[in-house]
Amino acid sequence: MLNITNVNKVFNAGTVNEKIALRNVNLHVKKGEFITVIGSNGAGKSTMMNMISGGLTPDEGSIKIDGKDVTRLAEHQRAGLIGRVFQDPMAGTAPNMTIEENLAIALGRGKRRTLGFGVNNQKRELFREQLKQLDQGLENRLKTKVGFLSGGQRQALSLLMATFTEPKILLLDEHTAALDPKRAQLIVELTEKIVERYKLTTIMVTHNMEQALNMGNRLLMLHDGGIILDIPDEKKRTMKPQDLLRAFETARGGESFSEDRFLLT
Amino acid sequence: MNQLAIMGAIEQGLLFGILALGVYLTFRILNVPDLTVDGSFALGGAIAAKFIIDGTNPFLATLLAFIVGGLAGAFTGVLHTKGKINALLAGILTMIALYSINLRVMGKANLPLLREDTLFTYVKDMGIPNLAVGGVTLLSGVAIVFIVGVMVLKLIIDWFLHTDMGLDLRATGDNSKMIRSFGVNTDSTTIIGLALSNGLVALAGAWVAQYQGFADVGMGIGMIVIGLASVIVGEVLFGSSSIFRVTLAVILGSIVYRLVIAIALDQGLNPSDMKLITALIVIFALTVPTVAKGIWKKQAVRTARGGSSDA
Repeated sequence: MLNITNVNKVFNAGTVNEKIALRNVNLHVKKGEFITVIGSNGAGKSTMMNMISGGLTPDEGSIKIDGKDVTRLAEHQRAGLIGRVFQDPMAGTAPNMTIEENLAIALGRGKRRTLGFGVNNQKRELFREQLKQLDQGLENRLKTKVGFLSGGQRQALSLLMATFTEPKILLLDEHTAALDPKRAQLIVELTEKIVERYKLTTIMVTHNMEQALNMGNRLLMLHDGGIILDIPDEKKRTMKPQDLLRAFETARGGESFSEDRFLLT
Repeated sequence: MNQLAIMGAIEQGLLFGILALGVYLTFRILNVPDLTVDGSFALGGAIAAKFIIDGTNPFLATLLAFIVGGLAGAFTGVLHTKGKINALLAGILTMIALYSINLRVMGKANLPLLREDTLFTYVKDMGIPNLAVGGVTLLSGVAIVFIVGVMVLKLIIDWFLHTDMGLDLRATGDNSKMIRSFGVNTDSTTIIGLALSNGLVALAGAWVAQYQGFADVGMGIGMIVIGLASVIVGEVLFGSSSIFRVTLAVILGSIVYRLVIAIALDQGLNPSDMKLITALIVIFALTVPTVAKGIWKKQAVRTARGGSSDA
C-alpha cells in the first residue's frame, strides 16, 4: 500500500546547521497494517510523516502509495489518498465553520469542487450517522461552530473527518498527546474502533511506549534519521516498555535511551 | 439635519455596501488584508465611464467593470501566492499600478457622464415614488431600487459561500493547513477570493461613478478604509453569527457609516475632513472592543478575588 524507497532528506545542507533528517529510509507497508512509530525528538518521525503527506519532498528516493508514485506531488494533489490527524486539536478543523460544514469539506476530499450546495439533507443524514459513533452527542449539534467544542471533541471530529472517506493511508501524528489522560483514552478507543471498521492502513506516531505496544500490529523505532527497530505483531504482543528500552540499547550498541518523556510515561 | 441629506446618505450607503461586501470577503473570509481595493474601485468607475461614453450599454459596461476588477484582484492573488509577496505589499503594488492604468483607460483624470444613459438614469426613469410615512420621507424611490439590487448581490454571495467551493474559500481563511490536508489548493482559493472581492469593489466603483455622474482617477483613495469601517461597524452593531447575518450587517454598517458622515457634515465639518473622520471611526471601532474586553477581564478578576478564595 505504501512504499518508501531509499529516501534521504537533509535540512540546511552545506551550512553549520546541517541536519540529516532521514538517511536511506526504506519502509514497505502492507494493506491493513497499523504501524506505531516511536523515537526521540529529532529522530525523523515528523519528517517521515511530512514526506508521506507531501508537506516535504525527499532529496532522494521515492514514495509510492497504492502503486502510484507521489514523490513529486504537492500536498493537496495527494490528499485524496491520505487522511491525517494532527497533534494540535485546533489544527484539523476550521473553528469558524459549523460541524456540518467541516464534515462537508472532509467529504469532498480530493474531489472536484462544484457550485452545488456544500451541505444538503442527504449529506446531513450521512453526517448524523457518522457522528453517532463518536458518542459525543455531536449528531444533534450539526450547526454548532467547531470553535465551541472542547479539545477532545475537536480531536474526535478531526479523526472522523480524516477517516470516514476511507483514505488509502491514515496518518496520526501524536494525535492524543495534547489531551488530558481521560480524553486521550477516549480518542485511543475511537481510533481502534474506526481503523478496525474500515481496515485502514495506518501509521501512528506516539511518544507513549505503552500506547505504541498496545495499539497496532507493527512497531517501528526511529533514531537519528533511520529505522533502527522494526518489530512484527507476534513479538510486539509479548513486549513491555522495558523490553523496548533494552531492544533500543542493543540496537544502538549500548547507548541508553535518553528521553525523559519516555521514562515518565 | 435635512431629509435630503439623510436620503442621500442611505442611497450612498447602499452603493458602498457592495464595496463593503467585497472588503468583507478578503478581510474576514480569506483573512487577507487587501489594499488593491483603492485601485480596483477607481478601475471599476473608469471602465464603466469609458465604455458608457463610447456608447456601450450601461449594463454591459458595469458587467465589464466587474470582470476587469476581478482580473486586478486575481493579479494581486498571483503576486501573493505564486510570487510569495506579502499580501499587503502585493495589494499596494497592484493598487499603484492601477493608478496609471486607470489614467490610460480614461485618457484624462476626470470623465463626466453628463447626458449619458447610465444605470442611474434608468433607475430614475423608472419613476418609483418615495416611501413616505406620515409625511416623513423614509426612502427615496432610487434607494428602493438600490435595496433590491444590493440584496440580490448579497444573496448571491450568501449562496456562493455555502457551495462546495465557498466552503473551501472560507476554510482557507479559517485554517489553511487543514483545508490543504483535504486536497484543496489554497493558492487557487486565495486567487478566486481576491478576484471575486475586487470584482465586487469595481462593481461598486462603476455604480458610484454612474450615480455621481463622473469617474475620477482619485475616486478610489481611502476606499479600503471606508470598506473596513463598514465591515467593522456592521459587525459590532448588527452581529456576525452567520454568513447570512454578517453580509446584511456589513451593508447596514455601510449605511450607518454614511449617516455618521452626513451628521459630521451637518455639524459644520468640511468634506475634506471626512478621511480623518473615517480613520477615527475605524480606530474607534477596532480599539473599543479590545479595551472593553480588558476592563471586563479586570473586573472579572477582581470579582473572583473578592468572591471566593479557591480561584
